[in-house]
Amino acid sequence: MNKQDDNNYISTGSEWSFELIEKYDEAIAKIAKEYNLDTYQNQIEIISSEQMLDAYSSVGMPLGYHHWSFGKQFLNSEQNYKRGQMGLAYEIVINSDPCIAYLMEENTMMMQALVVAHAAYGHNSFFKGNYLFKAWTDASAIIDYLLFAKNYISRCEERHGIDEVEKILDSCHALMNYGVDRYKRPVPISAEEESKRQKEREHYMQQQVNELWRTIPVNSDNDDEISKARFPDEPQENLLYFIEKNAPLLEPWQREVIRIVRKIAQYFYPQRQTQVMNEGWATFWHYTIMNTLYDRKLVDEGFIMEFLTSHTAVVYQPPFDSKWFSGINPYTLGFAMFQDLRRICEYPTDEDKQWFPDIAGSDWLITLDFAMRNFKDESFILQYLSPKVIRDLKLFSIKDDDQVQHYEITGIHNENSYRYVREQLSQQYNLSMKEPNIQVWDVDLRGDRSLTLRHIPHQRVPLADSTADVLKHVHRLWGFDVHLFSVDEGDKVAEYHCPPIEPEEPSE
Amino acid sequence: MGLTHIIDRRLNGKNKSAVNRERFLRRYRDHIKKAVSEAVGKRSITDIERGESISIPSKDLDEPIFRSGQGGVRETVNPGNKEFTTGDQVARPPGGQGGQGSGQGEASNSGEGMDEFVFQISQDEFLDFMFEDLELPNLIKKQLKDTTSFKYLRAGYANQGNPAKINIIRSLQKAYGRRIALTGKKRETIKELELKLLTLEASPENHTEEIKALKLSIDALKKRIKKIPWIDEFDLKFNQHIKHPVPSTSAVMFCLMDVSGSMSQMHKDIAKRFYILLYLFLKRNYKKIDVVFIRHHTSAKEVDEEEFFYSRETGGTIVSSALKLMDEIIKQRYPAADWNIYAAQASDGDNWNDDSPLCSKLLREGILPQVQYYSYIEITKLEHQSLWHEYEKLNADFPENFSIQNISDESEIYPVFRELFSRKGSHHE
Repeated sequence: MNKQDDNNYISTGSEWSFELIEKYDEAIAKIAKEYNLDTYQNQIEIISSEQMLDAYSSVGMPLGYHHWSFGKQFLNSEQNYKRGQMGLAYEIVINSDPCIAYLMEENTMMMQALVVAHAAYGHNSFFKGNYLFKAWTDASAIIDYLLFAKNYISRCEERHGIDEVEKILDSCHALMNYGVDRYKRPVPISAEEESKRQKEREHYMQQQVNELWRTIPVNSDNDDEISKARFPDEPQENLLYFIEKNAPLLEPWQREVIRIVRKIAQYFYPQRQTQVMNEGWATFWHYTIMNTLYDRKLVDEGFIMEFLTSHTAVVYQPPFDSKWFSGINPYTLGFAMFQDLRRICEYPTDEDKQWFPDIAGSDWLITLDFAMRNFKDESFILQYLSPKVIRDLKLFSIKDDDQVQHYEITGIHNENSYRYVREQLSQQYNLSMKEPNIQVWDVDLRGDRSLTLRHIPHQRVPLADSTADVLKHVHRLWGFDVHLFSVDEGDKVAEYHCPPIEPEEPSE
Repeated sequence: MGLTHIIDRRLNGKNKSAVNRERFLRRYRDHIKKAVSEAVGKRSITDIERGESISIPSKDLDEPIFRSGQGGVRETVNPGNKEFTTGDQVARPPGGQGGQGSGQGEASNSGEGMDEFVFQISQDEFLDFMFEDLELPNLIKKQLKDTTSFKYLRAGYANQGNPAKINIIRSLQKAYGRRIALTGKKRETIKELELKLLTLEASPENHTEEIKALKLSIDALKKRIKKIPWIDEFDLKFNQHIKHPVPSTSAVMFCLMDVSGSMSQMHKDIAKRFYILLYLFLKRNYKKIDVVFIRHHTSAKEVDEEEFFYSRETGGTIVSSALKLMDEIIKQRYPAADWNIYAAQASDGDNWNDDSPLCSKLLREGILPQVQYYSYIEITKLEHQSLWHEYEKLNADFPENFSIQNISDESEIYPVFRELFSRKGSHHE
């Protein structure tokens, strides 16, 4: 009874209204500021569940070019949603400036506040602060660029027909993961410049390609040398870039389409590398902010209970032998790590002091901010995964060697293997380990113009059956024969060709 | 960080994905068509009017990417350890085809239960796929294909319009009202002044100046009243008309069926499906369709749908009775000039032998010249009898609007239906 007297609840029911969202946003923004969260300006959009389905299927792009695969995605999510197999995500947030967060109209007031805290302040500050996003994406330009891409592609469809454009897009999508420079810092994209320079580029690019494929030998004396030298001289990891620049037969518009897919792949690349961190960070902040709201008596017990229920569901990690298990839940791992990082700062144990001498007892706000800014999943785990989190999640590593009859447990949550488990988990988030390492190896410039790719297997893991199908797409883009060799420490272990040929013909 | 913008997007339309969805249907139209035509064969009679869930083998719509295959050495970290310690050997899961999916999202997801990609198409899409490539026979003859004609209906008055539609009375009323409103004050003053003038004019000698002044101001006022336009642009009122679609295309569909003892429920079900298809098919092309059910054994009777399909009769068969009745009904209620007449006759082929030539004659002279299309389906696995042979002869004379087909079991309905209504030029051997 007396509790009611000193409260100043923002709301008590579960119905939301625009004024209430505004009030919550103000309260949350105030708290976020106290915690030094630096964000882009927020744009919160209320949408219906159908619109959420739409947003889903365009892989989170607020506007995308048209392609059947997005339609497939849409039908799939629609079907799952209608059958009740899938709840819709509470939110989608776009890495743009202003940062766009979608709230579904079906959400309760608590959910809306949770999403505001999670997306509009958690993810938003991550987008703005993390080094990968800073280096790879230009939040202020993405919307314009997507619009440019959409318009460009529909113009191509008008001019060259839907089927032609669809073919190129299919092939580009097949290689989308190989459309990024993993190590080189890319040039930020700007829509305005893109469309301005696009015409020039078409011309210039074609010229370059023509130069490369000139059939008259420049100088007959060093002809032998030329034919021996490999082109490119260094293996190239960015297949789409290489094809865009060097494929002999592509028309200028086709090169531009490749470029668009490449640029979009690049925009999403940081997200793929920071899933654990990004979700962990956002979850950590919604948890912290919601509790602060409760501590300040801005929300009532019903609100915080409802919050805890859904928060617990989000960070639930089914054990490996559960039928619900489908890998490590990035929300769980990320949230546990940031929570633990704060604990190490605020209440360090002897173990923490031994493992993290630099941060044990430090200012948690500064330490977390530093971690958020300067790492990606792989390095974040390697740096900060503590013995306590390994114990809490009961992590263990298991080795599956197809030449050995049994699986082997290589590490569990004990003193001897903390470091080992940590390294293994870190590797698991290394994208270049997850995706087969395939690079452009050689082009037969003076001969049949064939393109040779090289796959370097990691731990003897071969390529999947889909490889032959992907090669068809490479072949479509390249226009001439494509070869792919798996070379493990100098030994050729597998080869794929498109069009398929008898195995004895190709020479190294 | 600036102020947060909160935007209500709910009214922004939800069909952002419509184009992508349509692209998907376009790409997989062959798969979908096949699924639809199977569904038509299988569906129960009463629920032809809904969408359908289509399933396509997942591998057909795979988007391949470079992935790691089975084999080699893999090490993964998993949560929830219970009893393992370092160095333990664990037996491989039996039959572990999908294997150790952990850390390999795609691999474990596609492992089981995902062999089929299932999605819904709407009723409209279903019917579109079902009727694709079909065309109503003789449709061109009456130029009916989906040409909705419009009638203009009066719908009050509007302030804008073209000069031909000016409503004179309304416009003048408005102008009159405006003139009254704008001149009221002045006319009142004129009245007052004239009254004064009258009194003054009783003794004009003393007030010549005043009278002059009064007359002047009265004149001035009158002039000003005159300057008010008699009619102004905003007085104009126009008759407003709205376009109203007229069901210019109406059709009547005659269902004729033999209900004699030899027709089993199975026969009737097959016939019913055929009628449903025909009905749906017509519905897509005509705004208004009447359906007339005529059943017959030795004598014919017009009945309602329920009785048509489900009441049982016994006895012999005289087909001509039904044709006679149909001809009468056409003459009374559905003159060929106003109606597009379609007829579908279903029978197991039984007829009283002497009656068949009469049927042929009735069709040739009475019915066929009036109808758009007459289809006869014979549901039998046996030898054709006299009726079929008579009709075959007719077919040669009326290739345009008469056709006969044989159905021996349910799965043949749709192909036969398509055959009957397939686009001209694409069939005929």
